[in-house]
Amino acid sequence: MPVFEALRLALQTIRAQKLKSGFSLLGVFIGVASLIGAWSIVNGVNRYMTEKFAQTLFGVNTFQLRRRPMFTPNVPDSVWRAWARRPRIRFSDAEALSAGFTVPVVTAWQSSENVTVSYRDKQARDIELTAASERYFDIKNLRLATGRAFTAQENRSGATVAVLGDAVAQRLFVDRAPLDRSVRIGGMAYRVIGVVEKQGSVLGFPLDRFVVVPAQSPAQNLVNPPGVLDAFLVKAQTEPDMRLAMDQAEGIMRSRRHLRPRQDDNFALDTSEGVQRFWAGISRILVVVLPGVVVVSLVIGGIVIMNIMLMSVAERTREIGLRKSLGARRRDVLRQFLAESAAIATVGAAFGVVAGIGLTFLIAAASPLPASVSPVSILLGVVMGAGVGVVAGVYPASRAARLDPIAALRQE
Amino acid sequence: MTLPQTFRTGDTPLPDIVILTHKLTRAYDMGGEVVRALQGVSLQIRKNEYVAVMGPSGSGKSTLMNLIGCLDTPTSGEYWLNGQKVSDLVDDELARIRNKEIGFVFQTFNLLPRANALHNVELPLIYAGHGARERRAQAARALQRVGLGDRMEHRPNELSGGQRQRVAIARALVNDPSILLADEPTGNLDSTTSAEIMAVFRDLHRQGQTIVMVTHEHDIAAHAARVVTLRDGLIASDQLQAA
Ligand SMILES: Nc1ncnc2c1ncn2[C@@H]1O[C@H](COP(=O)(O)OP(=O)(O)OP(=O)(O)O)[C@@H](O)[C@H]1O
Ligand SMILES: [Mg+2]
Repeated sequence: MPVFEALRLALQTIRAQKLKSGFSLLGVFIGVASLIGAWSIVNGVNRYMTEKFAQTLFGVNTFQLRRRPMFTPNVPDSVWRAWARRPRIRFSDAEALSAGFTVPVVTAWQSSENVTVSYRDKQARDIELTAASERYFDIKNLRLATGRAFTAQENRSGATVAVLGDAVAQRLFVDRAPLDRSVRIGGMAYRVIGVVEKQGSVLGFPLDRFVVVPAQSPAQNLVNPPGVLDAFLVKAQTEPDMRLAMDQAEGIMRSRRHLRPRQDDNFALDTSEGVQRFWAGISRILVVVLPGVVVVSLVIGGIVIMNIMLMSVAERTREIGLRKSLGARRRDVLRQFLAESAAIATVGAAFGVVAGIGLTFLIAAASPLPASVSPVSILLGVVMGAGVGVVAGVYPASRAARLDPIAALRQE
Repeated sequence: MTLPQTFRTGDTPLPDIVILTHKLTRAYDMGGEVVRALQGVSLQIRKNEYVAVMGPSGSGKSTLMNLIGCLDTPTSGEYWLNGQKVSDLVDDELARIRNKEIGFVFQTFNLLPRANALHNVELPLIYAGHGARERRAQAARALQRVGLGDRMEHRPNELSGGQRQRVAIARALVNDPSILLADEPTGNLDSTTSAEIMAVFRDLHRQGQTIVMVTHEHDIAAHAARVVTLRDGLIASDQLQAA
């Protein structure tokens, strides 16, 4: 019997026994759907991390000088305590670094703290107040929807002007024009001079709940002790320039802190790679857990298919005997039942692919996770599903093939 | 009709002998106790003979038919089919012989319940490796031969017992087998329908078909030209009878 004939027969049987086949393909269905769904999340977040987050939010060719690294999975307590004892980054450090770079860079200061911002009787709570210098907007790629950013002059003089995130402007002013109105930040009056374009959210964290004010304005006291900043941002034009600037920053900081050659840095230089490394750590965990889930459901799916095929062989003993009496060879019967279990599994896998894609769109729409379907996972899902079917079918099919035609025909 | 030559081990059958068994035995081991279903059956059947096999229940009729139909292999002895010694062929070779040389009709019809008449008749051709169009044409021709040209799309449960048995006969004939074997083909049918089936057999015999048929009933056996009677796994009598 040609393979094509075996497949046709298999599909006929599946159609004739919809319920039983539906049950037997459930395991493979779940396995493949979860494979594609979970893979899509990893894939989506991966792409987000490499393309959007690293490139846009952190900034290309940008590094940050901080007291301690920003994204660090699994830090032991002792290390954490050592970091907390480190000296903080000061305005004077930032000024010395800006003066010391020999490559063309753009720099900015940044300190952040959560505060409440209000306008008349309206309040916006849990707003990230960032005290920054004027080039902060360039480095972070923040474009203004209305108004303008503050100038270097305003920063230096400590002008009480504020640039609002979209969500803050919406909350406080609804549909009134925000420009030139006076908002209160921690009891101090600030004049709104601009609103930043809507940023959306990343992994569920809203990106529009912020206010930026000049680093040397009075609100700095809400964020950090006088003269202290959280991060010093440096953006170079090229990757080699950034590396060079990082080396220079390290050298300048080490000499300012009088570190001896054997001593480790007591500050951190973060790049977007650090963020990506942090994410890679998390996604590695997913990549270890995910195959576990998939393998378990595929194995269960295979066992279900095998049992159903054994039942089906038992039920159809007479049919097998008849086919053998009419000239079916062992390999014909083997092929028939293998095709059947492979077809069941492949149909299950196909439904799993559809459900997995559906799940992905659902996740992307209903949750903050930026899921996106990976074509490799579809291919892998179908191949693994069909493979499970073939493997699960081998034992029942070989039992069917070995049946003695007379005994099989005599069965009731 | 002259009787065929006496066959000895080492001989080959004469050319017009379709079936030759020589001291054929079949024993079943039933957990220590051995059941000797056939104890040395030597039989020669010529082309276009119409043979009825009779005998009491348990005398070994079905066992003999299964051996002749290559569904089973003998414990000892020789079986030659169309000049080929098949008693020592293996499983898959026997499957090929069943497919090409033998048409089997069962007492219980053994049709696939979900398939229509045409598809049931097609089955042997699938295993012969014929293409779909050729299969359908050949199956339709076989159904017409047994008078069911207008019932091709019917499923078994939409057919009468006699019609079902005719579908089974069409299936047995579709590969142009050397022999048509029927084990109590009328066992599940009433006398009128049995007569219909016998008419079909008679026509097939007239067209040159070799037929071996097991039956319990003398009026069915009366249709055959030769009656072989088994008793306790041995041939008790072998007689030609007037048509
Ligand atoms: N698979 C088997 N295992 C054990 N013994 C068997 C088997 N098949 C047949 N026999 C025995 O072989 C003997 C002959 O059986 P067989 O079926 O050939 O008889 P039969 O002549 O066809 O009888 P009936 O007219 O009842 O159909 C019987 O004693 C039977 O019990
Ligand atoms: Mg019998």
